[in-house]
Amino acid sequence: MTIRTPLTLATVTPDAGLRAALERAPHEVIEEVTRSDMRGRGGAGFRTGLKWRLASEAPAPDGRRHVVCNADEGEPGTFKDRALLSVVPDLVFEGMTIGAWAIGATSGVVYLRGEYVYLRKGLEECLADRRAAGLLGSDIMGTPGFDFDIRVQLGSGSYLCGEETALLESLEGRRGEPRNRFPYPVVRGLDRAPTIVNNVETFAWVPAIMARGADWFLGIGTSASKGPKLLSISGDVARPGVYEFPFGVTIREVLTASGGENAHAVVVGGACGVCVPASDFARTISYEEASTGGAVIVLGPDRDLLDVAENFLEFFVDESCGQCTPCRVGNPVLLEGVRALKRGECTPERLGELQRLGRTMQDASKCGLGQTSPSFFLSLVDLFGPEILHRVPA
Amino acid sequence: MSSPLLATVSIENADLVAMVDALVTRHGATRGALLPILQDLLAERGEISTLAMQLVADRLGASPAEVQGVVTFYSFLGEAARGRHVIRLCRTLSCMMAGTRDVAAAFEAELGIPFGATTPDGVFTLEWTNCIGMCCAPPALLADAEAFSSVSPAQVGEVIGALRASGVQE
Ligand SMILES: Cc1cc2nc3c(=O)[nH]c(=O)nc-3n(C[C@H](O)[C@H](O)[C@H](O)COP(=O)(O)O)c2cc1C
Ligand code: SF4
Ligand code: FES
Repeated sequence: MTIRTPLTLATVTPDAGLRAALERAPHEVIEEVTRSDMRGRGGAGFRTGLKWRLASEAPAPDGRRHVVCNADEGEPGTFKDRALLSVVPDLVFEGMTIGAWAIGATSGVVYLRGEYVYLRKGLEECLADRRAAGLLGSDIMGTPGFDFDIRVQLGSGSYLCGEETALLESLEGRRGEPRNRFPYPVVRGLDRAPTIVNNVETFAWVPAIMARGADWFLGIGTSASKGPKLLSISGDVARPGVYEFPFGVTIREVLTASGGENAHAVVVGGACGVCVPASDFARTISYEEASTGGAVIVLGPDRDLLDVAENFLEFFVDESCGQCTPCRVGNPVLLEGVRALKRGECTPERLGELQRLGRTMQDASKCGLGQTSPSFFLSLVDLFGPEILHRVPA
Repeated sequence: MSSPLLATVSIENADLVAMVDALVTRHGATRGALLPILQDLLAERGEISTLAMQLVADRLGASPAEVQGVVTFYSFLGEAARGRHVIRLCRTLSCMMAGTRDVAAAFEAELGIPFGATTPDGVFTLEWTNCIGMCCAPPALLADAEAFSSVSPAQVGEVIGALRASGVQE
């Protein structure tokens, strides 16, 4: 495990956050998380406190609500959740338990990607220890009537199952095909009950926020992106690995820390992210400027950006569920277009068509996969139009 | 509870029936237990046969077509039989940039099969996979349930040897 910076999460006192939460009413816990302004660490950046409030207020006819931890971590270039599940699994479970108290849930599930099956044993052991210590099960920490337990369920090799509604379908024993919104999972989630689905890292920060207070969290980051963020840094860098930075760190600072000073460009956000060229390395990692679930893939001067686009589109063609036309048909067309560009056989007219297709996919696809799959390609065309076009026959 | 068809075939496939029933008992006869049941079935038998899908469907009260739909959706499941050991090599960006193609060529040369195939003795299957979250130490692969990182072409023999040593029936 390559963790390159000290982790704040490693300094959090075990179960202090849970104790602080149980000393308050559930709605007060939600208020504290809301006040911290934490946004989901899985990439989409939805406000955690708001998600929890909606789930707590949604009617639960048979009294059931669920807490689901999204440990599917399939975005290319992302591995920080694997680090957290290896190093601080207790904090993740503690965060889920605080979530259960806040929304009134009795059951929790960690959806662990099948690729991480080797983490399962350690997680099960950690859960058993927590049960033995009265931190899971009945009357948790001596709180009468607070009953909650967590199980681990494995995925089976599908990137799309990281999308929260596909994940819920998978947990229910179905193909991992995204559902229609509305309703959202906070209203009708697992087995039709109100459900919060949060990223591993999101849950891991919750005990720290409860133990140290929302003001501590608010003191870190930028105006719209609060707290520290874990980044997964890979590619052409001397020191790849997991790094913790406050939101607002510049891409240049990230590259200096990781030994990627020679970078020609970076991909921020994985395969569904965008290309940031060297001229924009002053940009910050934040929801305002370069939003990411934490993947930073560094590209050295010898890398062909069209190869990168081709690799990403091959990935999306492979992982699309084919439920909706823009994504099922659009990704293979974009892939063919990128290959034509590489061969120097793409005309300016065709490039324009590909751009329009990409924008249509962003607007008309049913889920985030199809909505984001064109973004790297489109960012290349916007940024490096001439560099790509010089292979286009005149 | 079983249909007459399944009662008949079960005479010849008593071990499969017993295994399915044991898995249904372990995970519960609910639709939500379908993936854990299929995952364990695959781990124990190396394939999910048509009969196995019919049996599982029967026990969970689902249609066989729905179970087949689930089996074919997930890349780690599927109807094709696999070898006793499955090697999944990552072909996503960070690994490709670090030389996955050379590692793939070494595996193909060592085992004498292309990616997507199983050795004639049924011991090894080579598959491509997408990012396995080991991008900080590429090229990376999954060998059964274990991850290997920073794999060089020269280490391919070592990976195969480790798998052979772990094979109980070898
Ligand atoms: C194709 C696709 C894959 C996703 N994969 C993941 C993932 O692996 N982990 C994750 O936490 N969120 C993933 N998400 C985002 C989830 O849908 C959801 O927004 C997230 O789990 C919410 O948690 P958060 O608010 O704590 O970030 C994915 C979204 C899409 C569209
Ligand atoms: S956008 Fe793609 S992955 Fe999402 S539902 Fe449509 S076809 Fe499936
Ligand atoms: S790109 Fe191969 S493990 Fe992530």
